[in-house]
Amino acid sequence: MTDPGAAAIAPARTPGQWLAVVARQRELTLVAIMIVLGALVTLSAPQFLTVDNLSQVAVLASITAVAACGQALVVITRNIDLSVEAMIGLVAYCVAVTLENHTFDAAGAIAFGLVIGLGLGVINGVIVTLFKVPSIVATLGTLSIFRGFDYLIAGSHQVPVAGLPEGFTGAAAASIVGIPFFVLIAIVIVVVGSVILRSTRFGRQLYAVGSNPEAAAILGIPSRRVVFTAFALCGLLSGVAGIMWVSEFGTINGTSATGFSLAVVAAVVVGGVNIFGGSRTLAGAALGALFLGFIANALILVGLSQFWLQAIYGVVILAAVSADAFILRRVQRAAVRRDR
Amino acid sequence: MTTPTKGRAWTHLLARWETLLVVALVGLIAAGTSLSPFFLDAGNFSNLIAALIEVAIMSLPMTLIIIAGEIDLSVESMAGLASAILGFLWTAGVPLWIAIPVVLLVGFAGGLLNGLLVARGGLPSLVVTLGTLALFRGLALIVLGPIGVSDFPPAFTEFGFGHVPGTLIPWPFVVYAIIAILLGIVLHRTWVGRQVYAIGKNTGAARFSGVRVTRVKVGLFALTGLISALAGVILTARLSSARADAGQGMTLTVVTIVLLGGVNIFGGSGTIPGVVLAFLAVAVMQNALRLASVSVEVQSIALGLLLILSVIIPTFAHQARSAIGRVRGGRPPPADSVPRGETALP
Repeated sequence: MTDPGAAAIAPARTPGQWLAVVARQRELTLVAIMIVLGALVTLSAPQFLTVDNLSQVAVLASITAVAACGQALVVITRNIDLSVEAMIGLVAYCVAVTLENHTFDAAGAIAFGLVIGLGLGVINGVIVTLFKVPSIVATLGTLSIFRGFDYLIAGSHQVPVAGLPEGFTGAAAASIVGIPFFVLIAIVIVVVGSVILRSTRFGRQLYAVGSNPEAAAILGIPSRRVVFTAFALCGLLSGVAGIMWVSEFGTINGTSATGFSLAVVAAVVVGGVNIFGGSRTLAGAALGALFLGFIANALILVGLSQFWLQAIYGVVILAAVSADAFILRRVQRAAVRRDR
Repeated sequence: MTTPTKGRAWTHLLARWETLLVVALVGLIAAGTSLSPFFLDAGNFSNLIAALIEVAIMSLPMTLIIIAGEIDLSVESMAGLASAILGFLWTAGVPLWIAIPVVLLVGFAGGLLNGLLVARGGLPSLVVTLGTLALFRGLALIVLGPIGVSDFPPAFTEFGFGHVPGTLIPWPFVVYAIIAILLGIVLHRTWVGRQVYAIGKNTGAARFSGVRVTRVKVGLFALTGLISALAGVILTARLSSARADAGQGMTLTVVTIVLLGGVNIFGGSGTIPGVVLAFLAVAVMQNALRLASVSVEVQSIALGLLLILSVIIPTFAHQARSAIGRVRGGRPPPADSVPRGETALP
């Protein structure tokens, strides 16, 4: 493809290295695509570029972003959590029903939801690390188990918006200094999470376990404890997303959030969290969530049916992993060439 | 590990996963019979098998995929896509003898896409097939939309829920049996099967010994796509309705049956007879739960637990066995280092 002679003569930047530069800027690439896409959509649907519409997109995307941060922690350790949708659904129903029955006030219900989310994450963590079940099997199983419990306690009951306190459902629409409250939650989680990943022992261990499990074991990193913590945190963040879900959608039943795992995993993959483990950031995952929300909104405005959404998620996942693998291979080839 | 002297061959047979499955199957049938006198009725048996037949059909190629160390999560969406395209073509006036081969071809192509991305592209099958899980389902929705097509000719729907004349064997079960026998022969009696095991045990070593890893893997995924599309056609016939959401959630049961059948999730081991037994066990269990009027919700919890336990139990059984072996041998394995005199001990 590229002329090896030319690459050897030009020492500065081979095409492979250029690709590496672009690859490191996954976030910038996503932003660029969004700007181009946004411009195109605005041409056919001017209402796209309104504050109302964009903030609605951001609010919806922030729920996905919070769940995607949790998923990213798990994916960094070379695992996956397919049960996030069931955790979000179960937490959402528990929170909604306790609010409807006045078992707890808003603060109590939120604490209750967080505890349930953490508990579900701990169950996943135990099955994966203590019982040594591969995460794909473990979370496929708990997806069915958690959803089964959700159906079981919900039955045919549906919590209506009217059953929830006004302050609770209003939170989704609220904004502080012009920024939607939900977006602030997502930003805080991304910032705190990034600081933890970057500058704490746990964060470095998380990357070490993901990028080279054997080396991590030799270094004495307690990889099982690290993976366990990642799953527990993923449960906790799914709990946060579940509470946000109640506030945003209001009407909650046993099937809430069905199929949502796919959007969360897609956000993580698109955001450049390397599925082979060990790289990338939470900001990327959150941006991936925004990217998907953006596409979903654009679809509606352009007048394409919602049925396209699922297919587009699929294409986006395949495109993102293919791009990652392609770039990785080019970078490695460039490195080999340089060493010669 | 141990030299199979006569005394140990017996314990070996007992410890085999397939033997345990037979015991579990007998226990489940006994439990079912105590719940309802109609449990062992041939009509009931034929019904309980028919209800899971598409899942069972998809579990056969999935067995080969997992033995080769990969996974295919997209099978349920491929069944849905097959159903949707069949419904679309039928509404458009295409006769079934053309529509069905077209649908099977689409299945083959979809599987080929999975296979090429995984084997040629070097991408993890988990993510690729999660992507095509969404893609195939999305295409099904785009092709057919939210409608259901149900005006299929009687000959077609008869194939879905009719029986072989004079017996209570459902037609789809005949399809299942043929595929099971063919794949069983390929896996256990041919060089292709040995290559599948070799790839699952150690891909690198297999490649160095001349196994065309890429070709075998692409073939396995294409076959899985084709057979999943066939399962979608059978599902459409059995429900006499083509829908874009057909088969949703089936992947969980497919993977459960394969792993319960003793196939190692990390690849390299497993048998078709084991997976066939696991299908019967799951069918009997679901039927017993239904007879005991256990709700669908609890059944889905039971299925999830079964999936996780089917990985946990072999792991712990293996640990327990090697622990017992240590106690018996008085020292840790390997067995060939054990002094000759000790193997004669009971």
